[in-house]
Amino acid sequence: MTHLIQLHEFDGGIHPPENKMQSTGRGIKTPPMPNELVLPIHQHIGAPADPVVAVGDTVLKGQTIAEPHGYVSAPLHAPTSGTVTAIEDRVVPHASGLTELSIVIKPDRQDSWIEHQSLCAELGLDDCDDIPADALITRIRDCGIAGMGGAGFPTAVKLNTGGYTIDTLILNGAECEPYITADDMLMRERAVGIIRGAQISLQILKAERCLIGVEDNKPEAIAALEAALLELHEEHHIDVVTIPTKYPSGGEKQLIQILTGKEVPSGGIPAQVGIVCQNVGTALAIAEAVDEGKPLISRITTVTGDTIADKGNWDVLLGTPVSHLLKASGYQAPGKRKIFSNKKPTRIIMGGPMMGFALPTTDLPVVKTTNCILAPTNKELPANDIAMACIRCGMCADACPADLLPQQLYWFSKAEELDKAEQHNLFDCIECGACSYVCPSEIPLVQYYRHSKGAIREERATHQKAEQARERFEARIARQEREQAEKDAKRKARAEAAAKAQEAKKAAPDSTKTASTETAPASGSTSTASSADLEKLQKQLTGAQAALVKTKEKLEAAQNDPDQADKVALFEGALAKTQDKIKKIAVDMAAAKKAAKASTTEAGVSDKGDPNSPERLKKKWDTAQARLDTASKRLKEAQEQGLDTVELLTQGLEKQKARVEEAKAAYEAVSSTSKPAPPAEAPSNASQDNKNEELNRKIRAQQDRVAKANERLEMAKAEGLDTVDALTKAHTKQLEKLAGLEAQLTPAGEA
Amino acid sequence: MSTIIIAVVVLSVLALVFGALLGFASVRFKVEGNPIVDQINDVLPQTQCGQCGYPGCKPYAEAISGGEKINKCPPGGEGTIQSLADLLGVEPEPLDAEHGAEKAVPTVAYIREDECIGCTKCIQACPVDAILGAAKQMHTVIVDECTGCDLCVEPCPVDCIDMIPVGVDRNSWYWQAPKTGAALIATDRQPSASTLAAEEHV
Repeated sequence: MTHLIQLHEFDGGIHPPENKMQSTGRGIKTPPMPNELVLPIHQHIGAPADPVVAVGDTVLKGQTIAEPHGYVSAPLHAPTSGTVTAIEDRVVPHASGLTELSIVIKPDRQDSWIEHQSLCAELGLDDCDDIPADALITRIRDCGIAGMGGAGFPTAVKLNTGGYTIDTLILNGAECEPYITADDMLMRERAVGIIRGAQISLQILKAERCLIGVEDNKPEAIAALEAALLELHEEHHIDVVTIPTKYPSGGEKQLIQILTGKEVPSGGIPAQVGIVCQNVGTALAIAEAVDEGKPLISRITTVTGDTIADKGNWDVLLGTPVSHLLKASGYQAPGKRKIFSNKKPTRIIMGGPMMGFALPTTDLPVVKTTNCILAPTNKELPANDIAMACIRCGMCADACPADLLPQQLYWFSKAEELDKAEQHNLFDCIECGACSYVCPSEIPLVQYYRHSKGAIREERATHQKAEQARERFEARIARQEREQAEKDAKRKARAEAAAKAQEAKKAAPDSTKTASTETAPASGSTSTASSADLEKLQKQLTGAQAALVKTKEKLEAAQNDPDQADKVALFEGALAKTQDKIKKIAVDMAAAKKAAKASTTEAGVSDKGDPNSPERLKKKWDTAQARLDTASKRLKEAQEQGLDTVELLTQGLEKQKARVEEAKAAYEAVSSTSKPAPPAEAPSNASQDNKNEELNRKIRAQQDRVAKANERLEMAKAEGLDTVDALTKAHTKQLEKLAGLEAQLTPAGEA
Repeated sequence: MSTIIIAVVVLSVLALVFGALLGFASVRFKVEGNPIVDQINDVLPQTQCGQCGYPGCKPYAEAISGGEKINKCPPGGEGTIQSLADLLGVEPEPLDAEHGAEKAVPTVAYIREDECIGCTKCIQACPVDAILGAAKQMHTVIVDECTGCDLCVEPCPVDCIDMIPVGVDRNSWYWQAPKTGAALIATDRQPSASTLAAEEHV
């Protein structure tokens, strides 16, 4: 030690009988290989590891048998070579006595290592001080190192301090709990490894100094550490600090307070005050992992107590059953309990007498955190299960190293007033057992606190789950409402569409009327509407025509039948009416069409300002031509049905033709004046004109023929002649011819 | 006389000022919603089981704030009744048996997947969407989300849903409270069953 370190003190603490001499009489020994090794996958704080071997697999010593699950977790390695005989639930060394998934390995007694080497060699570096911190942390994580002082927090997580700047590394060699000498013996025998572990930790943390706190009841360990410091030339960086013996100076927060005077904030971690605290056993494991590539597969465990013949420390493979270790230590079970005797059976305790727990069975394995197996006689460590009334002496408050009020906590815990216990900083209790130790009424105070802590944690978990359930429930309700709204909206849209369709159906006759009376403005609105009107009119026309044909037939029948003579007049009236209707519809249709065209031309006007532009005139011409086509078609239909509108329509056709001519002339005039028309166009137009005229003439002739055929057909029908069929055929033929001519006319006109 | 007038004027002005302040505060710091309903809702176990006769915990919370009895929540049991009584300042009452009994241990739904026909009826019944599955596909329960409300058991046409107790693992286990008052005299010092068993094992 080269620095002067001012020691501080923590309040409270006790001085129980140390009982350490029994197990320091001999050096660390290795027990014989057990018949099976049981490795629980959850030996650390955090998530259980995931097994990566299957039953029947052969594993080598140091082989990874379980991978860490998540960040706060640690892998597991085979402590020796052998065969995996089972992966099943086994009772784990935990106060609960619960079962957990464990990997069972049957050793083959070859103890053959998997290939392993130092990190330095693996990275091919000459100077081992150059290894980056990340690589070191990864190696420590891969080697499954978890805090070996008792809690088992994954060391790699602890060394990865994130945002905190660490100035001091503390190695905890206090080992304040009675009976336990595992760290003492480790420091005596493997001090060099521990110092090496401290060097590596300093390299990772980039801390300025390292303090190794050792209680003054371990002078041999202190001497060994000093010698190791000199050997590694670290005497100027690392200080071995002798601290007074007091329980629980080995508690992390208490040791930090003793060595630095700093207090770790409530609910916080030492890194918040710039300190990382490691157990000396962990430091050795780090050194072995980095320098030898040896994962954490064994640990030093003290086996002591008056029922043990060979008290001392063992270098035990993880997974070794406690019973095997007890047998190796010469455990002598006391004689069978006599009935009616008040003598208690002996207990096997894992951990020390202050913080350990009684094992439900000795078939449990030694795990990463097992620092001691205590098998005391009843005389040595009497059980106290008679709790007397609290006399409010206040000795517990004096003994509490965390400055709590154990008595208050006891009352609150007993009355299940958990919120009040929490307010009195129950969670700062380190469960050291000092209060229970000093209690004259032998009240198991720590057990109350442990229960209350658990109950509060459970309550928190329940509340969190309730909160989660509430969120999910509300999300579900919201989703259901949304779905319902969507459904309603769809239904409404469908209903509206149906209503519209219904209305349109109803409005159809009305719209025809409107069209007939106020054609121009109505159709001027939209061309689509007028086209719909047109369709409707067309339908009506067809219907009327069918009715007409029927009426005619009836009339003829009546005329032929003397019995129905009186009905002739009636039929004639009906016929006249139907014909009138058809005429009217035809007129309406014409009007509607006109309107539709007007609307389209209007659109054209709005597009093109100049009404005399060639394009516009061309369009006009096209329109006139189209009208001509329709007019001729109409004429044809009229002729087919033998209506008296034929004459009228023929006149209309003539008019249309005249218009077409006019439009064409206008177009040609404009196009020739505005720009020189292509020379080819004029003659072609002229020839087309001739053609059109010829075609029109032909059409007229054909129309005459159709009319005649129709007449004949009608007569035949009226007289019920058997030539009807032939005549119908002829009629159809004539119609076809007419249609052909018209078709010829149409492209000609368009061209 | 003037003293009286001054006093009256001063008091009136003060009254007006404070009245205006209070009026402003009541508008500016108006609390939206009913805070007591949220507080009651926080105490309720949120199983959304509907055993109280209301369609979820929130509606029951609203009913309680409107004067409904506090003893209609079997999943919450005596603990919830006590908390509600503390919160509302009323006398706790025993659980109304009409709405069901408190479960001894918390349970979760478990679907025997071989028997599931994929009818989705349980999915529709689950108030917290804790059942996963689709039509004609096997369903399964997301254990972490299940509140153990039993609502899925009834609709299942093939009765393949069991309510099983939630197991204790190392994370959820905690120490039992010490027995009190049982061992007052020396002859009460009888070994517990576990220590006897331990001896036999050794």
